[in-house]
Amino acid sequence: MRYLPLLWAGLFRKKTRTILTLLSVIVAFLLLGLLHAVKVAFESGAESADAKRLLTTARYSIIEPLPIAHLRPIERVAGVVGVAYADWFGAKYQNESNAFPVFAVDPTRYLDMYPEFTIPREQREAFVKTRTGAVAGRRLVDRFGWTLGQKLPISSEIHPKADGDMNWAFDLVGILDADDPAQRGNTDVVLINVAYFDEARQTGKGKTGWYIERIADPARARAISVEIDRLFVNSPDETKTQPEKEFAVGFAKQIGDMGALVTRILAAVFFTILILTGNAMAQSVRERIPELAILKTLGFSDGKVTALVLAEAGLLLLIGGGLGMVIAAGLLPVLNGATGGRFPPLFVSADTWLLATAVAVTLALAVGLPPALRARRLRIVDALAGR
Amino acid sequence: MSTLVEIRGVTKTYRRGSERIEVLHGIDLDVPHGDFVALMGPSGSGKTTLLNLIGGLDKPTAGSIVVDGHRIDHLSSGELSRWRAANIGFVFQFYNLLPALSAQRNVELPLLLTSLSAAQRRRNAAIALALVGLEDRARHKPRELSGGQEQRVAIARAMVSDPTLLVCDEPTGDLDRETGAEILTLLQVLNREHGKTVVMVTHDPKAAEYARRRLHLDKGTLAPDREMGGP
Repeated sequence: MRYLPLLWAGLFRKKTRTILTLLSVIVAFLLLGLLHAVKVAFESGAESADAKRLLTTARYSIIEPLPIAHLRPIERVAGVVGVAYADWFGAKYQNESNAFPVFAVDPTRYLDMYPEFTIPREQREAFVKTRTGAVAGRRLVDRFGWTLGQKLPISSEIHPKADGDMNWAFDLVGILDADDPAQRGNTDVVLINVAYFDEARQTGKGKTGWYIERIADPARARAISVEIDRLFVNSPDETKTQPEKEFAVGFAKQIGDMGALVTRILAAVFFTILILTGNAMAQSVRERIPELAILKTLGFSDGKVTALVLAEAGLLLLIGGGLGMVIAAGLLPVLNGATGGRFPPLFVSADTWLLATAVAVTLALAVGLPPALRARRLRIVDALAGR
Repeated sequence: MSTLVEIRGVTKTYRRGSERIEVLHGIDLDVPHGDFVALMGPSGSGKTTLLNLIGGLDKPTAGSIVVDGHRIDHLSSGELSRWRAANIGFVFQFYNLLPALSAQRNVELPLLLTSLSAAQRRRNAAIALALVGLEDRARHKPRELSGGQEQRVAIARAMVSDPTLLVCDEPTGDLDRETGAEILTLLQVLNREHGKTVVMVTHDPKAAEYARRRLHLDKGTLAPDREMGGP
């Protein structure tokens, strides 16, 4: 702390230059915070995947429905200990921007399949017993201010009712939550009872979107997947079964390889920052050669002067990086509101903070070391004589 | 008076390309405690080189330099840094203050290397500024001060850690005659009333009159001492 005024004075000796450099660092870390949050969100499905769960979809497209008659044969496959299924409802609530996932499910099978979601026993029983029942994730309930027992008016973009009306209404009988904060991010969902949905819809009766299998031994995931798909080979409804994580990664990649995209954009951004900040630091130290020589004259050792220059680079990155990340953390909740729930929730995770810290330290070393070493090698008599 | 600086057979050689240039040729010099020595001589005579050696900013090619009982020509770079911080105060022709720091912060700089608390550092810097008559300019940046005031701040910085020896390189070289006289009087007060030993390089015979002794360097060789009465 005793050197902070000295560092601060050195850093802001040329205010305009430092502020412009600082702004570029802030923007770079703001981008890091935002883009990495997008990457984390797209990978969140894969991260929360259970190695003991498989997913079965139609072989050629995940939007093709599968017969509900596939249920029994799949249940009989050796190693499969539970099967659930779900269908995509395509929901909007109140207006176009309030879109969120609604799945038509068999309540018991689905809730058994996802024990990471918690629901009070009486609410679970109500969901099982109420044909028009629905349970909603905690995040949605909080967001829209829903209360238990109310009617949930939801319109579907895909499924009309028998009379052609796209507007549906369900009874909210339960709230899904998760103990794990990471899993709570996946509670932007509404589950409806398939018994009512299948009976009331105009088309697609007797079909479902995908199956989820629980297996006893994750080591046999590949073999069981092959076994399930073999059951339906050469049928009109061939299947593709894969571990849940593989499915989640593949699903995310249909939009694009977000990880690679984000990495490339950030690499370009930080390479530019490296050049800009490195140049600013080198110029700043070059201009202060006589001042550094004076510090050495007064008794500051070579090591201390080296550390001061490095610390100055560190302070620049700490301020710029910190501000950029704080702005990103503040902006993401606003973005979450603006996307109307179409994307998974975006937030600055602990991993993103760690990444930002690592990038800031690496940048500080990369831009600070060359001028710091120059300051270390400085000969007092030469520098004072202007040589 | 006991000897503070004892220089024996000091030579200093620089390399310029393949050429070797000997700037000092076997200098012998004693500076007693409490002395005020003016080192004079034409440009290129080796005055600043000798001053740099006495202040531990450079090392001799041959010979020995003992200051206050310490053989400094054998010290490593780190040891020399610590020794300078504890024993030497420097005053330069162009003041060499850090422009981004206030007068107070500039004076505090040498104290950052001590174990003093922030409050103690502030108090000592305030005392040093008062000693040079600039207590009311503590918050001013160097660009807000006149040349004479900047040099006073530099002297306060040189004095703040209570060094044994003040090393001054043309301290009035950038000042008008009147302001220069004020600075030299201040150095004289530090020498006579505070017992500081001063070694000063100057071109100016008028400035040298403030010293107790004048030494002449010519082509790297010292001429015999001349005792001075002072103005």
